[in-house]
Amino acid sequence: MSHYETVIGLEVHVELKTRSKIFCDSTTEFGGEPNTHLCPVCLGLPGVLPVVNKRVVEYAIRAALALNCQIAGFTKFDRKNYYYPDMPKNYQISQYDLPIARHGYLDIEVNNEVRRIGITRLHMEEDTGKLVHQGTITSTPYSLVDYNRAGVPLVEIVSEPDLRSPEEARAFMEKLKTIIQYTGVSDCKMEEGSLRCDANISLRPAGSGQLGTKTEIKNLNSFKALYRALSYEVERQTGILSKGGRILQETRTWDEEKGVTLPLRSKEYAHDYRYFPDPDLVPLVIDPEWVEDIRNSLPELPDARRERYMQEYGLPAYDAGILTSTKELADFFESCLSAYPNPKAVSNWVMGELSRLLNASGMDITACKIKPSQLGSLLQLIDEGTISGKIAKTVFEEMFASGKDPGDIIEEKGLVQISDVNTLMTVVAEVLASNPKSVEDFRSGRERALGFLVGQVMKATRGKANPEMVNRLLKEKLLQEKL
Amino acid sequence: MLQLYQRTAHELHNLLLNKEISAEELNLAIFDRIESVEDKIAAYITLTREKALEQARAVDQQIKNGERIPPLAGIPVAVKDNICTDGILTTAASRMLAGFVPPYSATVVKRLEAAGATLPGKTNLDEFAMGSSTENSAFFPTRNPWDTGRVPGGSSGGSAAAVACGEAICALGSDTGGSIRLPASFCGVVGFKPTYGAVSRYGLIAFASSLDQIGPFSRDVTDCALLLNIICGHDPLDSTSARFDVPDFTRFLVNDIRGMRIGVPEEYMAEGINPGVREVVEKAIALLESLGAFVEYTTLPHTEYALSTYYLIAPAEASSNLARYDGVRYGFRARETSDVMDMFMKTRSQGFGAEVKRRIMLGTYALSAGYYDAYYLKALKVRTLIKEDFDRAFEKYDLLVSPVSPTPAFRCGEKTEDPLEMYMSDICTISVNLAGIPGMSIPCGFVEGMPVGLQLMGRHFDEGTLLRAAYTFEQNTDYHRAFPAL
Amino acid sequence: MVTREDVEHVALLGRLELTDEEKEIYARQLNELLGHFRALQRLDTDNVQPTAHVLPLNNVYREDWVGQHMPREDALANCPDRDENYFKVPRIV
Repeated sequence: MSHYETVIGLEVHVELKTRSKIFCDSTTEFGGEPNTHLCPVCLGLPGVLPVVNKRVVEYAIRAALALNCQIAGFTKFDRKNYYYPDMPKNYQISQYDLPIARHGYLDIEVNNEVRRIGITRLHMEEDTGKLVHQGTITSTPYSLVDYNRAGVPLVEIVSEPDLRSPEEARAFMEKLKTIIQYTGVSDCKMEEGSLRCDANISLRPAGSGQLGTKTEIKNLNSFKALYRALSYEVERQTGILSKGGRILQETRTWDEEKGVTLPLRSKEYAHDYRYFPDPDLVPLVIDPEWVEDIRNSLPELPDARRERYMQEYGLPAYDAGILTSTKELADFFESCLSAYPNPKAVSNWVMGELSRLLNASGMDITACKIKPSQLGSLLQLIDEGTISGKIAKTVFEEMFASGKDPGDIIEEKGLVQISDVNTLMTVVAEVLASNPKSVEDFRSGRERALGFLVGQVMKATRGKANPEMVNRLLKEKLLQEKL
Repeated sequence: MLQLYQRTAHELHNLLLNKEISAEELNLAIFDRIESVEDKIAAYITLTREKALEQARAVDQQIKNGERIPPLAGIPVAVKDNICTDGILTTAASRMLAGFVPPYSATVVKRLEAAGATLPGKTNLDEFAMGSSTENSAFFPTRNPWDTGRVPGGSSGGSAAAVACGEAICALGSDTGGSIRLPASFCGVVGFKPTYGAVSRYGLIAFASSLDQIGPFSRDVTDCALLLNIICGHDPLDSTSARFDVPDFTRFLVNDIRGMRIGVPEEYMAEGINPGVREVVEKAIALLESLGAFVEYTTLPHTEYALSTYYLIAPAEASSNLARYDGVRYGFRARETSDVMDMFMKTRSQGFGAEVKRRIMLGTYALSAGYYDAYYLKALKVRTLIKEDFDRAFEKYDLLVSPVSPTPAFRCGEKTEDPLEMYMSDICTISVNLAGIPGMSIPCGFVEGMPVGLQLMGRHFDEGTLLRAAYTFEQNTDYHRAFPAL
Repeated sequence: MVTREDVEHVALLGRLELTDEEKEIYARQLNELLGHFRALQRLDTDNVQPTAHVLPLNNVYREDWVGQHMPREDALANCPDRDENYFKVPRIV
């Protein structure tokens, strides 16, 4: 295995979340009743013509700038001709030799090593419809077509063959997803198909400058599928090559159930796309001022933001990475800071309790009921001694469930910390009286008994006692009585 | 006394305004005429009698209410059957679209409706507008009203024949390589192919998108201007539609061409031209000169390459435009197929006629790997040279004139065997489409008893100069008044 | 020279099923036409820009607004075979 180097390039499709489709005014909304999001244009009726949605171009430029691409001054649409029943026109309007953007890159980090992965190009195209089968594509007696997705805008992002392992490929996809989400041009939901990817993979003898014969893997619908399919393919190709065999240049599909890649019938995929400029669409001359406006409207991107969190807030790289992993989380974090300017404390709560609750409920931050200012108030209440850190967790859970203010929850549930000396003294006295064994232990020098006694006081007050005061009062009392 | 069906739209408009006739009477007269001659001519694929009469009655109501009616209100304007009409069968004369009822109307159809024109029916054409004789219709050939043993020209043969014999007052056609001008010439009516981008293509079933343009047929130049007024103008649904100030085209109906500089491209008058046609066209040119135009012979040196250029570009675009006919969403589907691939292959083989298949083959070949540069890209470059020929000519001349076709209408069946020979009938018209300029055919005489058309060609968006020259010619001749005896 | 194999390949790309007779005819006619078209090669076009559009139009856009959708019955009205709300096609492979 070690004497082959893996070479991977990815072709990623991202659906843009414009309101209307790329060439007509039908909605892009996901999940409508079949064949209800259609107009004559996206159904490909005889006689219809496409007109470019300006926001698609804007979003493509936005994504391209975030991926450090150069934006073309002149770009055009071409027809990619091939037959498939999910394509209303049997050609896809795409971009061939003059894509909107080229020559970008993004940095990934795998095993603490940062690598810069080239992006060859980014271009705009239209999505196809969806085929519905009974059973699998090979066993179904017929298929059904829903054209709702036909004409939804896509950008295709093609990486250089710079990736050297399935891990790197996965890291690239994760990073790409983060960046695109930051730009706000796509949801990048793999489960809804708004982020998809095909992979080209080949092996070559380590140190060789030439590329080996590649296979193209389709149907990679999750990060896990991408990783597993590529790992399988590395193994398969290594097996063939080390026995002196030859890799067949072919398109293969990932079979999730069997955990293998399988060749697709070549007759269907041996294409000659016959690209030519779409005569129904006119070229686009991209105004550099427009590009600059879009550049200036880009948010701070994840790498820069992470760096700033480390520099400005003194957060560890790991924490900064998690906090900036989505724009929404990072925005939430920063909003908390304006209510409670202690980055480390906020970071602990966001990465700890909040992440735990979000994971457990399968929600993401955008659906979270807690407002950043409320988390700030909670932390302030701890500082002020109104509640203990332990009670705060209970309050936080309630905030997460109901979205109520922490002050209200504390009041409603009577969770205010007990810091009144007389009240505490009474409890302390009771605890000491009912735990003579522990009192004895402490007095004979076993300091650990104090912890147990503190616990008993907390238990008796249902956690509301001010722990520092309990500690102090217990010690005082024990020492007093000893004398 | 002329029959109603022999009149022009502007004459009929006056009759309507003066309440000498009603729009319903007019439309009934057209349907009577259709009934008496359609057997011989076969201009229509679909007749929409009820719709036309309903539209006519609405116009009559307007007149009765004392409302102002626009110039073409109540006038029967036939529409070529490759232009989509909401709720009305639209076939492109192909078995592939037999039974296809569009759920939307072409922009030009909406404009006609808004102008009050009535729709008598949808006219025959060569399948998907591919042909020069209307013999490539999958349903039946249309006959030339001047001699039913001859073709009406194509591909808009139904529209031209209908206007020529009084089955409609005006009509719309489409012109990709001469498909308006050639049948206009063969049938002795006025046909106009506007500047590319002047008329919306939205709803025109595409043949070759960079060349297709919708235009009018009429009995005289005044009606032509009235129709251009309706159909020209920017359409947000067509990205190739130009934003330009649409003039009132009737202001070019001026009987004066003194000082107009006219060039006659010698390549269009060269060998191969029928001597009779040459004589008629030369006489027409002499008349223009006598009316005060400055006329001289000039050259469009890349003319000999136009046919090859056209027959690479148009089929290439067509091969892609016609890919959508696959039996899934609409139209014909072959029976008893084993899988989707088999269904596609059988559907398209059975649904398309021979000429359409030939052009799909040719266009697919021209775009395929290894041939793109040598054929398709080369043709796009030569297209530039052809366009530049015209640019240079229009530095010197306001207008170019030529025959529309080297021959008068040929006999039915005469040219259906050899594609190259058939393609040759487009030799004088295709350059105009390649350059995107406006082109027009006006009746200029007869050869062997058949009408001959004079082609006028102008600068981009200079429709006005063509109209003015055509109007002047018409005011000084009688050819447009001739009516075929049927 | 367009061979019979070329004709078969092109017919497959264009999804046309041809009879043997049609293959013969198209091979002959394509050769004849392409032979004629080869005249274009005589022209030196090294410094000539291709013309894909005759008008110098560019940047034609629409705004990102959602319009009316077709009623589903209209969308399916012309389809040769359907299954409830879907277009139906024979098996893919």
